[in-house]
Parts: sequence; structure tokens; C-alpha cells
Amino acid sequence: MRLRNIFQLGVKELRGLLRDPVMLVLIVYAFTLSIYTSSRAMPETLNRAALAIVDEDQSPLSARITTAFYPPYFLVPNLITQQEMDARMDAGLETFVLNVPPNFQRDLLAGRAPTIQLNVDATRMSQAFTGGGYIQSIVTSEVSEFANRYRGDAAVPVELTLRARFNQELNKGWFGAVTQVINAVAMLSIVLTGAALIREREHGTIEHLLVMPVTPTEIMVSKIWSMGLVVLLATAVSLVLVVRGALGVPVEGSMALFLLGTALQLFATTCLGIFLATVGGSMPQFGLLLMLVLLPLQMLSGASTPRESMPEIIQIIMLAAPNTHFVMLAQSVLFRGAGLGVVWPQLLALLVIGCVFFAFSLRRFKAFLR
Amino acid sequence: MTAGQAGDPVVRLRDVGLRYGQTQALDGITLDLPAGCMVGLIGPDGVGKSSLLSLISGARAVQQGRVDVLGGDISDPAHRAGIYARNAYMPQGLGKNLYPTLSVFENVDFFGRLFGHGKAEREQRIAELLQSTGLAPFADRPAGKLSGGMKQKLGLCCSLIHDPDLLILDEPTTGVDPLSRRQFWELIDEIRRGRAGMSVIVATAYMEEAARFDWLVAMDGGKVLATGTPQELLERTGTDNLDAAFVALLPEERRHGHHAVVIPPRTPTADEQPAIEAENLTMRFGSFTAVDHVNFRIGRGEIFGFLGSNGCGKTTTMKMLTGLLAASEGTAKLFGQQVDSRNIAIRRRVGYMSQAFSLYGELTVRQNLDLHARLFDMPPATIPGRIEEMVERFGLKDVMDALPDALPLGIRQRLSLAVAMIHAPEILILDEPTSGVDPVARDGFWQILSDLSRKDQVTIFVSTHFMNEAELCDRISLMHAGKVLVSDTPAAIVQKRGAATLEEAFIGYLEDAISQQSAGKPAAAPAAPPVKAAPVPQAVPKRGFSLRRLFAYSRREALELQRDPIRATLALLGSVILMFVIGYGVNMDVEDLTFAVLDRDDTTISRDYTLQIAGSRYFTERPPIVDYNDLDRRMRSGEVTLAIEIPPGFARDIARGKPVEVGAWIDGAMPSRAETVRGYVQGMHQSWLAERARRMYGAAAAAGSFDLAIRYRYNPDIQSLVAMVPAVIPLLLLMIPAMLAVLSVVREKELGSIINFYVTPVTRLEFLLGKQLPYILLAMLNFLMLTAFAVFIFRVPFTGSFLTYAAAAVLYVTVTTGMGLVMSTFLRSQIAAIFGTVLVTIVPAVQFSGVIDPVSSLQGAGALIGQIYPATHFITISRGTFSKALNFADLWTAFLPLLIAVPVLLGLGVAFLRKQGN
Repeated sequence: MRLRNIFQLGVKELRGLLRDPVMLVLIVYAFTLSIYTSSRAMPETLNRAALAIVDEDQSPLSARITTAFYPPYFLVPNLITQQEMDARMDAGLETFVLNVPPNFQRDLLAGRAPTIQLNVDATRMSQAFTGGGYIQSIVTSEVSEFANRYRGDAAVPVELTLRARFNQELNKGWFGAVTQVINAVAMLSIVLTGAALIREREHGTIEHLLVMPVTPTEIMVSKIWSMGLVVLLATAVSLVLVVRGALGVPVEGSMALFLLGTALQLFATTCLGIFLATVGGSMPQFGLLLMLVLLPLQMLSGASTPRESMPEIIQIIMLAAPNTHFVMLAQSVLFRGAGLGVVWPQLLALLVIGCVFFAFSLRRFKAFLR
Repeated sequence: MTAGQAGDPVVRLRDVGLRYGQTQALDGITLDLPAGCMVGLIGPDGVGKSSLLSLISGARAVQQGRVDVLGGDISDPAHRAGIYARNAYMPQGLGKNLYPTLSVFENVDFFGRLFGHGKAEREQRIAELLQSTGLAPFADRPAGKLSGGMKQKLGLCCSLIHDPDLLILDEPTTGVDPLSRRQFWELIDEIRRGRAGMSVIVATAYMEEAARFDWLVAMDGGKVLATGTPQELLERTGTDNLDAAFVALLPEERRHGHHAVVIPPRTPTADEQPAIEAENLTMRFGSFTAVDHVNFRIGRGEIFGFLGSNGCGKTTTMKMLTGLLAASEGTAKLFGQQVDSRNIAIRRRVGYMSQAFSLYGELTVRQNLDLHARLFDMPPATIPGRIEEMVERFGLKDVMDALPDALPLGIRQRLSLAVAMIHAPEILILDEPTSGVDPVARDGFWQILSDLSRKDQVTIFVSTHFMNEAELCDRISLMHAGKVLVSDTPAAIVQKRGAATLEEAFIGYLEDAISQQSAGKPAAAPAAPPVKAAPVPQAVPKRGFSLRRLFAYSRREALELQRDPIRATLALLGSVILMFVIGYGVNMDVEDLTFAVLDRDDTTISRDYTLQIAGSRYFTERPPIVDYNDLDRRMRSGEVTLAIEIPPGFARDIARGKPVEVGAWIDGAMPSRAETVRGYVQGMHQSWLAERARRMYGAAAAAGSFDLAIRYRYNPDIQSLVAMVPAVIPLLLLMIPAMLAVLSVVREKELGSIINFYVTPVTRLEFLLGKQLPYILLAMLNFLMLTAFAVFIFRVPFTGSFLTYAAAAVLYVTVTTGMGLVMSTFLRSQIAAIFGTVLVTIVPAVQFSGVIDPVSSLQGAGALIGQIYPATHFITISRGTFSKALNFADLWTAFLPLLIAVPVLLGLGVAFLRKQGN
């Protein structure tokens, strides 16, 4: 393995990329517009939730509850009858229906502890949980304010002060931006190395290299460093200009540490790209394979939903994916401002995975060239 | 027959022009092609022959001027529809319009169906054609596995199935061995004898072939140089062969400096070590022997030619010599050293130029030369000098900063040679270096080779299928089916065979080899006498809509899908994997979150408070927190998601009725998780308070207390799978069928078989529906599999009407494949198709069709897209039938948008699809 060859071949890759407008547009798009829009488009968990109220009490209290729901969390509630409820929920018109029973106010004041029923369309998981919680606390506070006028000081005076750390407003846009950066890193590094390799073989240029005094290892390493460098630079620029700049996300931790992690992640994913290209010999097969690999990487790495909630077997399997460790590292460093002392296990894991992928892809790559 | 006497011309061109972007392919061509005879277009690659033929065939739309074919304007759709059945077009490239995975019979059969022949008629015609072309014994062989010559014969069968009046052949014999070439022309003569009055238009780069045509059109640079019979052209130029005549016809500046190549005789040194030596060199791919015990010794400075057709093993032999392929048997030696792919040192002494142009199109000429010099480890100081020298020698001065793709073929070939020579190798291995290069450039190229060999003592190993090039070599080997037939000087070979020309000698050897091969077997291809049965009545293809043509496309698409199981398997298996991943991955329920307590009170009551949280299934407790530093560190590392701080005097203050504050910190790095945690903690806090109040104040606390009973409908256990799976099935039935459908058309565009749609009577509607049908079936199979997996493996209860669900699925996959087809009408490359499909399916489907956020919560453009996007409605139906126990009476409103989308998409597809290329 000679460094000079690796350098020369890498420079050639970079020159080639520079003349490929489609790929350049894709890179720029993935690291700017795509991050920006997906951060901005990320709706609040509870946004304009459809709520209807069946008011069988028609008391001042029930009227008070009805007026407590308003946008942006909820649409203005529809007042419907018991009979309409089923049909409207079946058709998906309402996500929540609150049913205030007859004589609710009277029973409440009489201490008979009446029951309000909340119907939730549980096929809409994203709103079902958070919305249920919100409705519960809204109704509770309305009822207790109302009741306080009629009863003495018979409550326990414990206040719960909730504070969110690292993202005080729980702004989903911040999270969305960083998740999108992580996804872009994985997608682009795989596409850039994989598609480029397939194209080189289709054009016969890779064969041409082999009659020259260069080894397959040199060819592969040159692809890894050149494409990795491109994505690394794009990531750094995008973090500074788009995530911190345009989106105003306060990135807490050390950029250098995050970029070190990104470099290790890129080492693993570029190897993965080469591996996929050697498996799917043609563009359509590579396209299908890409979807099969990319989607699990993105959905199960912990970037979109918390890892703790996945079945244990999935959690264990996903430890083999570089993305999982990279997501942990990125969240620790970027949001929680963690240092090397905290994230070294992730760095080590990425390095090990990268080395295994490299060894494996190199073997496939050598066979692919025959 | 003499040209021009057959009455009206078959083709009349008036001022025809054509440009591709910046390139003027045809320039003001005005010409009449005589009917009833064989017209040849001659000239090298890239002079506009193929463009002209594609205009005449109707495959490409006319841009400029007027093209009349068979007595009408080809730009007039009505006239074109009439002549589809009267002409036949065989595009350039071996088997370009054939379907490689289909068998010989299936290929011809497909064309027969396109022309509307009934079963009996079709079978009779196919039998006749295969018999007369000698393909009958190979009827079941896939077209992709045929030799070049057989592919072209098959292409001819496909073209002749409907008895055309005008046959258009674009370089039918390029890359075919001389014997097959001769057989091909004999076949054409035979057919013309049987069908007097049929006009044939042929393009060719082989000048010696053109001598047998009735009338010639010599072309260069998109213009006509001259027309006339071969004899007339020879007389006019005063030459004795068409090659020379063509050069003489070129304008002065193109001919500049041209002279016939003369290679001085070689004086071999007696005791030399051979530069290249092959001993029993053999290469097997599986059971197929590509190269079979090949032997040769090539001396230093010798020009050694390798002759043979495409696929005879020339390229494989060369790859073994360069170490690109490891020989299965035998040895190859360069300068007495065995070739070994790991031996880097030997590569420095060899220069290789592969068949396809393989330099980097994205690097300039200078950068290409520089890169190769550096890779060959030349001392950096010497590189500029060497580049200068190469540029001088190969005449590249004016193009140093151009990109290779923008250069004419001849210059590109010189650049390839310069690159192969940059490190001053002692051996040059050249794989068909001049194919497609015009005669002037070719002669120039050979002059360079001559100098290299004679002056610099470079050993040259070159493969070619041009006989006049072979004659320039010191020695040649004739190769066929992996074997070397003979190896000697060209003159000796001709003499040994007693033939008049090298070509005849080669044909003689080929015939011997083939008769040896098939000894014992019934006489093969060439021996079969052409059968001429009574002419079958000409079927008049139906104008307008024809189910038969539609099914012809469906049948073919289904066969291809069946022969490419990887695609179908990836689609079916992939969708199940994705359903699994998304079903598990998108889990809104949060469980097993870590929390720890900083308990500064440490009393029974404070521990009771902690226990309330630790006891729920949502949280698991970690060791207590000691101080703020500890809290900070553990939250930063992500070990603890929730931290609770209970102040000192907690129990005492509660007892005294003094307000107390409990602090809770949530990790906000993942906002949706934090929201859920907040909800849980608040809920638990409330219920703990109520519980305490009851204990402390008894009944007095009851006033004002109420219950909020939450009923989770349709999914009482609130499982992610139950919520997600009915939404994921519509997503998968959107993405994958759309992707397959779009690729099926775009692939035809990339590979060239789309031409069959351009030049046969198939209508746009037939083409689209025919292509769509198999993918609808595949998608329905996918639908059944996914539903079965959901119900039986994932245990998602199915409560509604399955029939309603299945009926909606049929409509839905018709819509999704239709979306793919509409996109395919304007996308060109497969990469673009993949990206495009992802963009128009995944994004709107995931964000706007109610998978995660209900459509009613969306606003603005998102809401509008959500309301009309088909996935929205199928998700409503899917959730309704899966979870809500609904049937058609409840869901019919969701059917309406799907019912409307089907004809709308079909209409768009028909409107956008072009029946001609441009």
C-alpha cells in the first residue's frame, strides 16, 4: 500500500465528483434544504388535534371545560351527540371524544366522584398519548379551579416543578435538524461510494486501473478517504451554517469531538457502501438494497424513536450498526455537551465496527474485481 | 436491377436536419432513395447514418425538413400508424431490440403478437423463419446467450415476421464474424428473391460489404458526400476499392496528411527471448470454456494480430495476459516471467488499452495523462516532459484541456493509446483499438503503431475484426469459439488456404471448425436450405385498441419478471422486512426509561413518593443521585432520562400543610420522549396527591374529585404494531410497485428495446396498460403476503370486511403503478428514476397522508396534498377494515378518490408518453 497512489487516486475521485452535477446537487440539498425543511416542518406532537365533546350535563362546569380547548394544540371542539360519536370516530374525523355525563356538576360537588369518559382513537399513536395527557391536565385544572370555590383547603400542597434540560422548550425542530444531519451522513456516504463504484465498473474504468501498478486496497482506501472527506466537510459546514446559523439550534458540545465521531462513522458507512455495490451488481438492485439497508438504519438507530422502547432483540442487533453508536454520540455531544470522558465507548465501538466492515468489504471488493 | 428505375422513390428526404444539443447530427440532407433495391449508407461512426435511419423508421421525431416514407409524410401520425405494419427496423447494436432473457421463440412470438397474428398463423411463420435462418435448433435458448451472428439473425426474424415492404438495417453485421456475416447477406438475398419489390436500407462501416449493394450514399459529418452505384463511385474517384474511394471523397482538410500505411518489414533477431508467450492458456467460467488451450509466442517488436468475432475469447485472452483474470489452466509469460496479478513490477512494462473507452471522462486530457504517469510511479520531475512528448507524438496539442467525452472517436482512441504509452512500456496490448474509427484516422493510428514497433521495438498485441488491419500485422491468429484455428503471417495463411483474400481464408477455416464441431449432429445453421412455403395471407393489423397487443406486452413483462427472480424476490421479501422494521421502529409508547432520585429528605413519605414512580412499567430506577454534580454528569452521559429532587423537610412540610416543591429534570435531547415523560410524571404526581389527600383528610377531600376514564378505542392494548401495520401496508404498496413500474419503462429506454414500441403498431394505451398489468398482479401478491404476515405473524387483529379491503387494494395498486408509469414517461436514467420515485412517494406518503399525524391536523399545502394523495384514502380503508370493523357501506366515500385517480393517471400517462424518440 503506497500513500502516494492512495492520494493520487483520491484526488481523481474528488475531481470526478466535482464534474458530476447531479451528485453535487444531491449533497448540497441533503445538507441544507433538506435539513432546514425537515426541522421546520416537524410538527409539535400535539398540533390541531381533532376533539369533540358530548355534553350531556349542560352545566356551567361543562361549558367551562368546552371553552378550555383551543388552537394550536386543539381544533375548536365540535359539539356532538352520543349517537354521532361512533360514526365520526370510525370515519377518522375525531381523534378524541370527551364525554361529560349527565349531572356531572351536581355529582362532583356532592363528592360522588363522577367519571368523565375520554375516547381516544388509538390507531393514531402519535397523538393518543400526549393528547390524552394534555386533556387530562386541562380538565383537571378546570375542575379543581371550579371546585375550589366550593370546598375548603383540603388538598396536599405539593407542587411539581418540571424542567427539561438541554432543550428547555422541547423544540422538536432542534432534534429534527440533528437527526437529519445524522441521516444525511449515512445516506450520502453509502450512495457516493456505492453508486460511484457501480458506475466505474459499468464504464470499464475500474478494470483499467487494475492493469496499472495499483492494488485493490489502494483503490478502496482512496475511495474511503475522498468520499469521507467530502461528507465530513459538508457536515461541518452544515452544522455551522444551517443548524447553528439558519435554524439557531444552540449546539452545546465540542464540534471537534463530534467531527471525530463523524469521521469514524464515515469510515464504517463508506465501507458499507462499497460492500453494497459489490453485492448488487446493477443500479436497480443497488437501489432496492439501499432502501432495505437505509430504512432500518434510520428507524432503529434511536434517531427517530427511543431505543429503550424497542424489543430487546432489536436493541441487541442494532448494536452492530454504526448508526446506533453515532446517534448516541451525537445526542450526547451536541445536546448534552458531553466530553471525551463520556463518549469514548461510542468512539471505540465505531472504530471496531469500521475495522470489521473494512476487512469484510475489502475481501468482497477483491472478489468483485475478478 | 438498376437503381432509380423502380418508379417512385421509397424514401424522399427534403432538407432534413437533426441536432442533439450542440451537435449537428444531420445537416440539410436532400435525397431520394430508390425503391425495390438495396441501398447502403456508408461512412464511419458518428457521421449521421443511424440518425438518418431512425428518422426514416419513424423511431425519432423529425426536427427539420420533410421525410416521406412509402408515399406519405412520416411526421403525420395517421400516415405513420399506417406504415408501422409495412416497415421493419433493426437498430444498431447486437440484439439491441431483443429481450435477452426471453428465448429465441418467445422473442419472435412477441413480435408476431404485436402485429396481431393469430396463434396458427404465428406458429407457422415462426417455424418458417427459424428454419430458414437456421435458428430452429436453438428455439429455446435465451437470446442473451446467442453468439453475435445468431443474435442478428434473430433480430432479422423479428423484423421479417410481418412481411415488411421496407426493411431498415442499422449496421447489422458490426462485430460479427466473417462467416456469419456472409451467411447474413445470403439470407437477405434469399429473402429479397422471395419478396420482389421489398426495399432494403442498410448502414454499414465495412466498405467491402458495401460493394454488393445496389446503390450507395456516402456520408460524413451529417452531410451526403456522394451517391451512386458502387461502380460509379469507384469510377468517379479513380480508385479500386471503396475504402480508398471513401477517403478520396472526403473534403481536402479531412484528408490532410493521409497516405496509405506501409509498415517496413521486420528483421527478427535470432536468439531473442519471446516477449509474450502463452502455453495451453485456458479460461473457464463455470461449464463454459471461453478460451481453450491457446498457444503462441510473440517476439520483441512484433505486431501480432488476433482476429475473431465478438465473444470468441479475444478479450478474455488479453485479460489473462495482463493479469486481470487468472488463467484456469496453462501459463502466460511476459519476458519469460509468469503473469501474476500480484506482481506489480511486471505491470510497469505493459500498456493496455481496453475495448471500451475507459479513461476518466471527468478528467481533462492533461489530467488523464498526468494521473496515469503518477500511478506508474514516474519521477515527478520527468512527467511534464514525457507528457509533452506524448502530446507531440499523438497530436493532442489542441485538446489538452478538453474533456475526453467531447472529443471525436478518433482522437479519443489516440488519447487512450497515449495513456497506455505514457510510462514507455515494452509491450502494448490493444483490444479492438479502431472499431468505429473512420478510415483516415485508422490509417493514422496504424502509422503510429508501425513506428512504435519498428523504431522503438515495442511488442504490439492487437485484436481487430477488420481484415485490412489484419493484413498489416506481422503475424495473426484466427480465433473462433475459444480456439486458435491458425497462426501465421497473413500471406502464408491466404496461400495455405489457396484463397484469394484473407477474409475468404478465414471463412474457410471457420467452416472447417464448425463442421468439425457439428460432425455427427444434424447439419447446423448454414446447411439448412431456406424454406419458402406458400405465402401466408397478410394479416392487417388492427388500428385502434387491440387487446392482443396489450397482452403481448403483459406476457413479455411477466416472462421477464419470471426470468429475473432477484428483482421480484427483493420486492416481496424487502417489503416484509420493511414492514417489520417500521412496525417495531415507530413506537410511540415509551417504556423502561431510566430515572434516579436525589432524595434530601429520606423519610417514609419521600420514599413513598419515589416508589410511586419506580413501581410503574414506564420507569426503571437507577442508584440514587448523591449531589448536583452527580446529577449533572449522569444526565449528560444519557444514563438517566429523568431526575427527581425531593427537598429536605418534605415530609415535615406536608404534615404542616406548608407548600413544598418537588423538582423534576427531564432529558430534552429527544423532545417527543420528553413530552411523554412529562405526561407520565404529571399523572403520577396527581394520583399520589389524591391518594395522600384521601389519607389525610378522608371524605373532606372527596368534594371536587372525579375520574377521567380513558378508553383507547380500536387498539385497546395500545400496541404500536396494531396502530402502525395498517398504515405501513399502504406505504409499501405505494413505494415498491411504483419503483418497479417506473424502472420497467426506464430500463427499456436505457437498454434500447423501447424502439420496438416506437416502430410497431402498439398504441400508447396498449403499451401502458400492458406494462402495468403484471405489476398490478405482483403488487396484489405482495398485498396478500403483507396482510397474511400482519395477521398471522404480527397478530394484528383483522376485524372488518376483507373483501372491501382487497377491492380497495386492487384500485390502490392500480393507482400506485400508474404513478410510476406517469413518471417513467419523462425520466430517462435509472438513477434519476430511483431518486424521483423516492421523492414523490416517501415524502408525501409519510408526512401528509395520516400515517403519523392525522390529515385533519395538517395545514396549508400539506393539508391539500394530504386530502388528494391516494395513500390517505387507502390508509383510511386499511385502518377501518383492520381495526375498526368496518365494511364497504362505511367506507365507500374513501373509494371515490381512488376511482377517480385511475383514469386520471392513465390519461396523463397516455398524454405524456411519446410514440417517437427525440
